[in-house]
Amino acid sequence: MSQAKTLFDKIWESHVVVNEPGSPSVLYIDLHLVHEVTSPQAFSGLRQKGLRVRRPDRTVATMDHGIPTRNLVNSDQLSVNGGQWVIQDAMAAKQLKQLETNCRDFDVPLYGMDSPNRGIVHVIGPELGLTQPGKTIVCGDSHTSTHGAFGALAFGIGTSEVEHVLATQTLLQYRPKTYRVNFAGALPPGVTAKDMILALIAKIGVGGGTGHVFEYTGTAVSQLSMEGRMTLCNMSIEGGGRAGMVAPDDTTFEYIAGREFVPKGAAWEQAIAQWRALPSDEGAAYDKEVTIGVDELEPMITYGTNPGMGMGISTAVPDPAAEADLSKRASLQKALDYMNLPPGKPLLGHPVDVVFVGSCTNSRISDLRQAAALIDGRKVAASTRMLVVPGSEEVRRQAEAEGLHHIFMAAGAEWRSAGCSMCIAMNGDQLQPGQYAVSTSNRNFEGRQGAGGRTFLASPLTAVASAVHGQVTDPRVMMSQ
Amino acid sequence: MEPFTTLTSKYMPLPYNDVDTDQIIPASYLKVTNKDGLAEGLFSRWRYQSDGSPDPEFALNKSDHAGARILLAGDNFGCGSSREHAPWALMGYGFRAVISTSFADIFRNNALKNGLLPVAVDAQTYRQLLSLVEEEPETAVTINLAAQTLTLPDGRAVSFPIDAFSKTCMLQGVDQLGYLLKQSDKVLAYEKAAGK
Ligand code: SF4
Repeated sequence: MSQAKTLFDKIWESHVVVNEPGSPSVLYIDLHLVHEVTSPQAFSGLRQKGLRVRRPDRTVATMDHGIPTRNLVNSDQLSVNGGQWVIQDAMAAKQLKQLETNCRDFDVPLYGMDSPNRGIVHVIGPELGLTQPGKTIVCGDSHTSTHGAFGALAFGIGTSEVEHVLATQTLLQYRPKTYRVNFAGALPPGVTAKDMILALIAKIGVGGGTGHVFEYTGTAVSQLSMEGRMTLCNMSIEGGGRAGMVAPDDTTFEYIAGREFVPKGAAWEQAIAQWRALPSDEGAAYDKEVTIGVDELEPMITYGTNPGMGMGISTAVPDPAAEADLSKRASLQKALDYMNLPPGKPLLGHPVDVVFVGSCTNSRISDLRQAAALIDGRKVAASTRMLVVPGSEEVRRQAEAEGLHHIFMAAGAEWRSAGCSMCIAMNGDQLQPGQYAVSTSNRNFEGRQGAGGRTFLASPLTAVASAVHGQVTDPRVMMSQ
Repeated sequence: MEPFTTLTSKYMPLPYNDVDTDQIIPASYLKVTNKDGLAEGLFSRWRYQSDGSPDPEFALNKSDHAGARILLAGDNFGCGSSREHAPWALMGYGFRAVISTSFADIFRNNALKNGLLPVAVDAQTYRQLLSLVEEEPETAVTINLAAQTLTLPDGRAVSFPIDAFSKTCMLQGVDQLGYLLKQSDKVLAYEKAAGK
């Protein structure tokens, strides 16, 4: 009998082109996603070396990080050049322009500024059906792990590697180890995929998965929608993991069926048959394993300056004095100083200046539906500003077709067009120094959402509850009202 | 890429764990289309005060550490975003090596591709290096890549790991792309066989 294999093993082994002793494997890349921030130097490298993009048909570009989320659709500002866009930042504009030039010169398909399919790269890949089970997918972006939700091996790379893939459609990689994360039980009401992943990272730490690829298993994972699975896989990198994966199943196939780049007809049947063979074999061995029971899981929230500094929403911020490890104690102290939070007190009731619902973690239609359902008929607190930024223009259109934008705007929230927005604060959507935000994004690093800004990461439900009360609020209280 | 053989230098302490790439180079500096000017943004959130003036308490601004070509940092250095601007900024500033107890995967990959050497040491060596430099900022260490050793002022040499492939590339100063380009026949054969 052949050896039992994991989902990861199967994809890895079917993509190794060359395996020479003493060298990393040459891994074939099925799909390369490109965005404006991490690609310009890679294209320059190609030009300097006189190289072409080897497989433009396996390369797809979009614009997401630097683009404004206000345009003439939702702004009365007029653009300087009479076009639709208002880009005040000359450097951002130049970078966006550069991607257009690069895509034109190298024949790379681009979902640009005016494309109806534009959006955050990790939102549009699945939406267009580019993301499929069994594929190797890379992007110069650490949240490429998102695509692992479909049973793909997807990971972030640096710009040198972007150049490597553009030029050769391959990458040099050492085989990572495997880490099985078993989420057992069933999620209680008000607790979401975001809370699951925050709970994992709080448990294993931000370096816990270094050198490993997570595979998320267990009843709580198989019961998640594709969008929940994407939220889960998205933050694999926050746990230090190279990638995160979920075995493809009927939920996966239902989601992708009929999407633009998905095989049709007989080819679809054939693809499904292949994909059904991907899940890990019974008895397959992992290098590491952890189990997290979710039956008692609470909504999670972070209090510190990395995503591992998270806790159940009803619990108290830890006290550095209780931390025995000196360097951990110093890190915690530094984080609490930055956040200006006292140890030993809960975050519940802490004032919130800004609420951001968006980012590749939580900006899909189901996130917006959840958020809208909770805020419907309520108002954002007068002291709080709330931004809702859909992950793609497709999500925006769908939300508007369902009238969600009216619900958000009636509540006093700002409704924007698609982009990374306040997740990375490169486009002018940002916190002011000292402000506190509850954010559905994935990083609470110092200044991530604007210099001096302070971020509490949480689910869309917790974000909405906090917006309504103007302070950190447990969404379960509101849901029972 | 500039070859890396041996390096003797003093080192600058940054004794925090989990230093993320948003701290190494904040997103506001990522709007460049080349690799220029990133050194100015290196650790800018910690390096400059809110009025834009240098924070005299931050290691990078202390004359004691001027000219250090090695950075000593806490556990899990370079976590977070995949931005290669992080090693570019460190190298632009003058660093050629980072010593830590561990590195985040993508940062490590990016560093190796640019000739910035990640030197992973055990916790005890890290603490020793930290107390040495706190006592005497001029303390210097020697890194020998061929031998994979870090030599402390007391003469003790500790070895550090690096994969043979990256080591050769760094010693010779060659880009890994050359190796990949040479595989093009095999890639073509793979594509054919796999129907890609
Ligand atoms: S939404 Fe945030 S984390 Fe996601 S790709 Fe954009 S900047 Fe990166």
